[in-house]
Order: sequence, then C-alpha cells, then structure tokens
Amino acid sequence: MNCRSEVLEVSVEGRQIEEAMLAVLHTVLLHRSTGKFHYKKEGTYSIGTVGTQDVDCDFIDFTYARVSSEELDRALRKAVGEFKDALRNSGSDGIGQISLEFYQKKKSRWPFSDECIPWEVWTIKVNVVNLVSEQERQICREKVGEKLCEKLINIVEVMNRHEYLPKMPTQSEVDNVFDTSLKDVQPYLYKISYQITDSLGSSVTTTMRRLIKDTLAL
Amino acid sequence: AMDTDLSSQDRKDLDKFIKFFALKTVQVIVQARLGEKICTRSSSSPTGSDWFNLAIKDIPEVTHEAKKALAGQLPAVGRSMCVEISLKTSEGDSMELEIWCLEMNEKCDKEIKVSYTVYNRLSLLLKSLLAITRVTPAYRLSRKQGHEYVILYRIYFGEVQLSGLGEGFQTVRVGTVGTPLGTITLSCAYRINLAFMSTRQFERTPPIMGIIIDHFVDRPYPSSSPMHPCNYSSRTTGEDNGATYPSVEDSQEVCTTSFSTSPPSQCVFTVTKAHFQTPPPVVMDTLKVPMMGLAFSHQLSSSRLSYQPAALGVGSADMGYPVIFAGGLNAAHPHQLIVPGKEGGIPPVLSQPAHGTQADHERMAMCTPLDGALYSAATPSSSEDTETVSNSSEGKSGSPHDLLETIFVRKVGAFVNKPINQVTMASLDIPFAMFAPKNVELEDNDPMVNPPDSPDVESPLQGSLHSEGSSGSSTGNTHDDFVMVDFKPAFSKDDILPMDLGTFYREFQNPPQLSSLSIDIGAQSMAEDLDSLPEKLAVHEKNVREFDAFVETLQ
Repeated sequence: MNCRSEVLEVSVEGRQIEEAMLAVLHTVLLHRSTGKFHYKKEGTYSIGTVGTQDVDCDFIDFTYARVSSEELDRALRKAVGEFKDALRNSGSDGIGQISLEFYQKKKSRWPFSDECIPWEVWTIKVNVVNLVSEQERQICREKVGEKLCEKLINIVEVMNRHEYLPKMPTQSEVDNVFDTSLKDVQPYLYKISYQITDSLGSSVTTTMRRLIKDTLAL
Repeated sequence: AMDTDLSSQDRKDLDKFIKFFALKTVQVIVQARLGEKICTRSSSSPTGSDWFNLAIKDIPEVTHEAKKALAGQLPAVGRSMCVEISLKTSEGDSMELEIWCLEMNEKCDKEIKVSYTVYNRLSLLLKSLLAITRVTPAYRLSRKQGHEYVILYRIYFGEVQLSGLGEGFQTVRVGTVGTPLGTITLSCAYRINLAFMSTRQFERTPPIMGIIIDHFVDRPYPSSSPMHPCNYSSRTTGEDNGATYPSVEDSQEVCTTSFSTSPPSQCVFTVTKAHFQTPPPVVMDTLKVPMMGLAFSHQLSSSRLSYQPAALGVGSADMGYPVIFAGGLNAAHPHQLIVPGKEGGIPPVLSQPAHGTQADHERMAMCTPLDGALYSAATPSSSEDTETVSNSSEGKSGSPHDLLETIFVRKVGAFVNKPINQVTMASLDIPFAMFAPKNVELEDNDPMVNPPDSPDVESPLQGSLHSEGSSGSSTGNTHDDFVMVDFKPAFSKDDILPMDLGTFYREFQNPPQLSSLSIDIGAQSMAEDLDSLPEKLAVHEKNVREFDAFVETLQ
C-alpha cells in the first residue's frame, strides 16, 4: 500500500507561524479523528461523540474549527511551539517544514520490533517573512488568512477522495490503528516531525523530533 | 429497479441518514453564520443521540424551517436542498452571498455498505462542512454583523438558483458520498463581487455606549425598498417573484405570528405597543428567516433600541455582539432560564468578546455547566425524531400579545459579573442599533464623530439642556436625536453622586465649542491681531528704555 503524501506551502510572519500550523493540523485531525470506540460483547462497537469549537487567530484574519479535546490541542501546540522555536533559532532564512504522519502499527514477532507503516503524510512547508511596516503587517494578516482558506479547501478536497483508510479494527487491533490514549476523542495514530533548512538549502538542523503518541509500545 | 438491490432495512436506514444529514447540514451552515463562535463538547460515552457521532446542536427554529422546506421529501435528482445566505443592510438593501446546495445525482454505488460506510462518510462530510463554512467570505462578514447589516438564511427545496450571486461567483465543493441510491453532493456557490461590501467597510468603531438611535419615530421608512414574499412555497413552485406579496399589515402579522408561535424554549420578543402600528421597515418585511442570533431583527425596527457593549474598553469592531441567545425559557416564567435538557431548546451558544487563547480557555470553562445536553435528532436506531420539540411550537397559535419579551443572556465579558445562566431582563438590551435608515446619518448624528458646529443661532448645549429639562428620558424629543433608555453600564453605581453615568453623559454630551476653536472667531481675532501689530510695535519702541532698564534689574 502506498502512502499518500500531501504538501502545502505557506508564507507567514514569525508571529503567525503557530496559528497557521495549528489551523492546518487541527483541520486535518478533525477529519482524522473519531469518537472513542466502545466495544461490546458481540464484536460490535459504538462510537463516542466528537465536539468542535471555533478558534479565532490573533495574528491572522482567520477562524478555524477544531476538535474539542484539550489533550489533542495541547499535543499539537507543543509540537508547533517546538517547530516555531527551531525555526526562529536556526538562524536560517526561516524555511522549514512540519509533517503530520498517520501510520498503522504492524506487530512483528519477537525479536523484531513493531513496524510503523505510514498511510498518509501531510507536510507544511513554511517560509518565514520579515515585515517592517505596520501596513505590511496588516496586509499580511489578511493575505495569510486568505491563503489559509485556500489550504483548508485543498485539505477538504483530499479528504473527500475517500482513498485508503485503515480498516476499522477489532478490539485487539484498535491500538494499532488509533491513538486510544486520549480521553475524549480518538485520532488515527499520528506523529509529528519537523525539519529546518538553512539558507544553503541543505538540512543543517535535521531535528527529527518524534512525538510518538503511542510510546506505551516501548 | 434500483431499489430492489437494496434491502428494505438498508433503504429505511439510508433514507433516515439522508434526512438527518440534510437537517444537520442546515444546522451547521446556519450556526456558522450567526456571528458567534460555536463550541460543543466531545463525549467519550456514546449518548446514542448524536447523529453521525458529531456534537451538532439543533436550533429548533432552524430544524423547523428545514423540515418545512423539505416537506417530507428527501433530496433527489433534480430536487436539491438549498440554504441561501444573504446580507441585509439597515437601509434595506439585500444581497445574496452564498447558496449551499445538497444535491443528489444518479451515480449509484451499489456495493457500498449503507449502515457503515455511508454513515461514516456522511460524518466526514459534515466535518468538511464545519471546516468550509469558516472559510468562505461570508464567514467573516457574518462575524461582523450587527451594526449595519444582518445575515439571513432561507431554505428552499427544488431547483438551485444561482442567479442572485452576481457575476463570476465561485464554487467550492465540500464533498460527495456515494450511496446505492445516488451520490450526495454538498457544495457552496459564493459571491465574490463584494465590491461595496468589503469587510473593511464594516469595521466601524463600536457604537457609543448607551446611545439609542431612534430613527423610527420621526422618519418614516423609505417606501421604495422591495418586500420579499413570506412564504417559501412561491419559490419552490417556481412562481415568479411577481406573485402576490403580502401587504404591509399582513406581513407584519405573519412576523408576529411566527414569533409568538416560537416554542417556549426560544426567546420571545418585545415590541412596545405604541410602536406596533408604525409601518414596518423593510427589515421586518424580509421574511427570509433571520439567523437565530438575530431573529429579533424583525422587531428591532419598531422598538427602541439600546445596547451596551459587553465589555468596556473593547476596541475592534468584532466586539459588537454583546448578546447571545439563551434557550430553555419557561413559558410561565418568561424571565427564568431553564437549564437546557429538560425542555429542549437551544443551549447557549457561547462567545467571548476577546480573541485569543485566553478567551478560548475561559470559554471552555463556560461550556461546562450547560453544554452537557444534546439536542440532535433521534438516535439512528429509533424512529422518533424531534417532532415533539417542534410540534410544541406549531401548536401555539399567534397569541394576541402586544408585548413580546426579549430576553437575552449577556455574553459574559470581562466586566460583566452575571453568571452565564442568569437572564438579563427585558429592558430591551438589544445590541444592534444599526437599523438607521442611512449609515451616513448614523455617523452624522453621532456627536462624537461630528461635534456640533459652533452655532450662531441656537447652541446645541442650549437645545440639549432645555430638552433635558423638558422631556423624560424615554419619550424622546424631536429636538434630540438621542434618547437614553434604561442604560445600565458597568461601573455606573455611585452612591455619592446620585446621577448615573447615563444621565451624566447625556447632560454633558453637547458642551459648547471652545470659542477659540471656532473658525470665525479665531479668524477674526487673528485678523485683529495682525492689524494691531504695527500699533503695538510702535508702543513698545517708545518704551524701549523702560524695557531695557527692567531687563537689567533681572540680571
């Protein structure tokens, strides 16, 4: 099975990085999260309810809907915060990318460790711009807002293709497909990583941080 | 032949899924145009009543309108369900912004599992709808509504009509779901020619606290504004717009009726009796059903308006929506807010005056107490739906109330210390004072924007002081463009000074201009100064020895 890959590019001001990333990541995860599964005796299951809430951006003229889950929001903010710090501190031209990868676990027999097989990867390439005048900043607020609107339309288009999704798992397999660690929602297993490129185009700080949500597998 | 491949149970399920999908679609769209942020909670335990495993509240009035439009039918080939979003200015101009279309085409997917795959894909489609509704241009417009325009919705069923969107409208596809009966498609056509309606034009400063613009006493409404038919059926049967329009009085009646037939779980509206007879302005006549949060726009035209921003010191235009709707009113005690869940109705749609994560955290805390109840339609397994809720509304005939009460729950802002579930009273705390006949006039009459000219005839100070003495604050006065009614601003309690802020403000709102600022006097004195200069110089020259001596004493 091939892993499908989607790439989005945005140009933002430094202070807009976090909100822009959160808007994109949350929109993807909205589509890739279900309610909590509750398995019943006969092998059937029922699904909990996913709530949503609107988030207004402070530095961008933009509002997006995200899953109502504080845990999920915290996890994303942490990842995005690290990405932003890495971008700012790298001393580079301010080009980097952050990736959200959905994967399935495939249990292997001892002594081999479990495999992680990605089935969908979303990559956001970020180009940080520096603006001097207040007027430029105001225009940037609006422009980035419009860009994000376009990006979200693109995301929804991809989601609508109804391409490969992991099969709904049995109770024993559910942790190989979904992240069941959150208390209110159940996203597909995912990991976030990022990469900063310097002005020469080579990957100086290849900081591959893996925020693995299923570290229990250790 | 199509149907024989589908088991009867599957067919029943599919019909139900499509019906509730259509209802939820309407809810998502309308709620996204209320002008407020939406927040619902996730629940790990399945409650069995959330369609498509999503927490989407059901505003009863919206469900009612949707069911009325569908009239028991389902979207099918050639029969689409459309939600039209339009903007209406206080002057009566209206403009279609978007048409959301739920269509069915003939492309069938026989293999697909109804109760499983179709259901999950419909859920995914609703999530996409949640995302896309925040992304079209009308979203930002709707967040800024209230001062000069409102956003209205209209549901119709039948052929899609896109001609009202102007040239060059764009389309965005939200998604599709294949079913054994056809492929469901959800898309949005939106106007891009918003040239005279750019969001920037509406980023005005928030209205000044406590001022009521009472334009409807002295100035009759322009009669040239078109009236819109009240009934949807004239659209769906394809009659042209020249069909008989209800007369002014009729539409007024219908408005009233539709409001008083609102279920007790909704807010009811107050119109003072005296104004009930005034010819209703166009806003009232537009019987496209207004957004829930603005439903009382129908009544605003004939009532005194007052508003107070929810938080002081708030600067941006976005903060102009100090009021949210509260549901769950007990009919017997209209001032009492019932905790939702017992009688149905709308759980409060919460919004904060401030942006940013700080507000979001606050809001989440507030979601907690009242947000537990869910209002969606029946469980997938049951055959009942929200008929019981809406039936209770249909049962009520138009009650002969001349007074309908407006009840609001104040958006909990930083400076408002009322608990969220306490109802503030029908002191007509209506936020939208924008229904002035002309935008320009609004600003022109605003003394803060255009200070009164230095008068040569009658000073505004004299005028206001006189009228202060002569009229009570609530009856208004032809000399006064501003009438103060029941203003209860925050921080206004002062036991030392028995005057409240409102009165103080009103008394001193028209101070006389400084004479030095008046151009005439200024120019005059300048000319005088110039003329007298040579004379003064001559005098000084004469006394130069005296001045010199004086200077020496200083050294």
